[in-house]
Amino acid sequence: MSTAEKYVTGAYLVLLGSLLVYLLIIALKVGRLEQELAEVTRAAREKLGG
Amino acid sequence: MSAYAADVAALARKDILLEVRSRDTLPAMLLFVVSALTIFHFALPSGSSERAETGMLWMAIVFTALLGLTRAFAAEREEGVLDGLVLSPCDRSAIWLGKTIGMTVFLVLAEIVALPAFALFFHPLSWDLVAAVALADIGIASIGTLLAAIAAASRARELLLPLLFLPLAIPVVIGGVGASIASDPASFLGFLILYDGVFAILSWASFEYVVTE
Amino acid sequence: MNTWLLSEHRRGPSLRFGAPLLAAAAFALLVGGFALAFYWAPEDADQGFSQKIFYVHVPIALTAYACFGWGAWKALRLLWTGERRYDLESYTAIHMGVIFGLLTLVTGSIWAKISWGQWWTWGERQLVLFLILFLFYSSYFMLRYSTDPGPRRERNSAVYALFGVVLIPVSFLAVRIAGTILHPTIFTHEGADLPWEMLVAFIVCLAGMLSLAATLYRVELTGKRIDASLRELRELFA
Repeated sequence: MSTAEKYVTGAYLVLLGSLLVYLLIIALKVGRLEQELAEVTRAAREKLGG
Repeated sequence: MSAYAADVAALARKDILLEVRSRDTLPAMLLFVVSALTIFHFALPSGSSERAETGMLWMAIVFTALLGLTRAFAAEREEGVLDGLVLSPCDRSAIWLGKTIGMTVFLVLAEIVALPAFALFFHPLSWDLVAAVALADIGIASIGTLLAAIAAASRARELLLPLLFLPLAIPVVIGGVGASIASDPASFLGFLILYDGVFAILSWASFEYVVTE
Repeated sequence: MNTWLLSEHRRGPSLRFGAPLLAAAAFALLVGGFALAFYWAPEDADQGFSQKIFYVHVPIALTAYACFGWGAWKALRLLWTGERRYDLESYTAIHMGVIFGLLTLVTGSIWAKISWGQWWTWGERQLVLFLILFLFYSSYFMLRYSTDPGPRRERNSAVYALFGVVLIPVSFLAVRIAGTILHPTIFTHEGADLPWEMLVAFIVCLAGMLSLAATLYRVELTGKRIDASLRELRELFA
């Protein structure tokens, strides 16, 4: 692979890598939201008497 | 229409009189700008070009302005009168205009000291530079007043105001330094006029959204 | 107690209908566009193979501009109508803009390295403009983080977002005239007219990148809204 090809591939890999990092962040966020939803549901059940 | 002008005049006069009597901000700005110029002399190795020195002058102007802007709403905050001002029957944009005029006056006074000091320490100035400084003052005061109001709502207002201000100050520095050193300063001065017009109108129109509770 | 979000949650773009369509479009357009760029479009006479970065760098840059513009539009709607949902929409758009802006700087830097041998050059106008905007919109985030949530923060953010979109053409002009005397624009990628094959491939890539941004926008917005709704629910039942 010539130098030019290496850099061009690198640029496109940056895009791919960023999308995957973003996916990771969203996955973590969804996990956290699920946990918070469980907590709030529990708190709601307690407050409203089950 | 004349009620608006009267409001603006009253507000600007209030700020200026307050400063004349308390002498909080202006002496600090004057001392700061001369200290900054002194530091710049030591920061620039000997043999630095006049162009580099001119660039440093503009840095001093921007940071001195920042110093003055952090005090823009300080008096109102300390006395707790900003709510009173906002509730008063004047148009809120008049508050902006009054404050901006006051701030422009402070900046001009600071530069009446700074520019001769620069000419003394470094090299003589051109009238283009003076014109550019005057135009820059208007732009800086315009956006600075608005940004000071935005920063006032935050928990870290002394940190936030410089962060909000500096990216917006970049075009001013480009225009100012360009007008100071170019052989044809007209396009740079014209650009500064454009900047002032655009951002003054935007600040004037959006001030009321930033200052209501 | 603040329950505006729970009642307004169903307004604004939802994830159910628009997002899958956008995601499919993004996939098709981006994969198709890149394929066109590499297999079909001719190689540039002057720059050779390294010109292929153009098909990823410029669409990302234009998408960033579009995100900032979209954020400013939502900000304007907030100030105009006072409907608070526009705050999250404006914030998300600008969030996307900053991400794409950062990608613009990185891909632009790679292009600079391959073209002129240095990772950064003040002569490349697009890069310098994006640096200024990146600094500005990063300050937008500082503004949001250091102000307590509420109508005040929403209005302040909206006004600052409007300043940002006005800054774009002003900075463009400033960097342009700076190039004449202060920092000579020796290097530039603005070449001669593009051959039509390159233009077609570019437009497909651009459409794909915009679709990608729109998809990410909806996902991010939904995430933020759920987050805020949960916070409200927690306050209700705590």
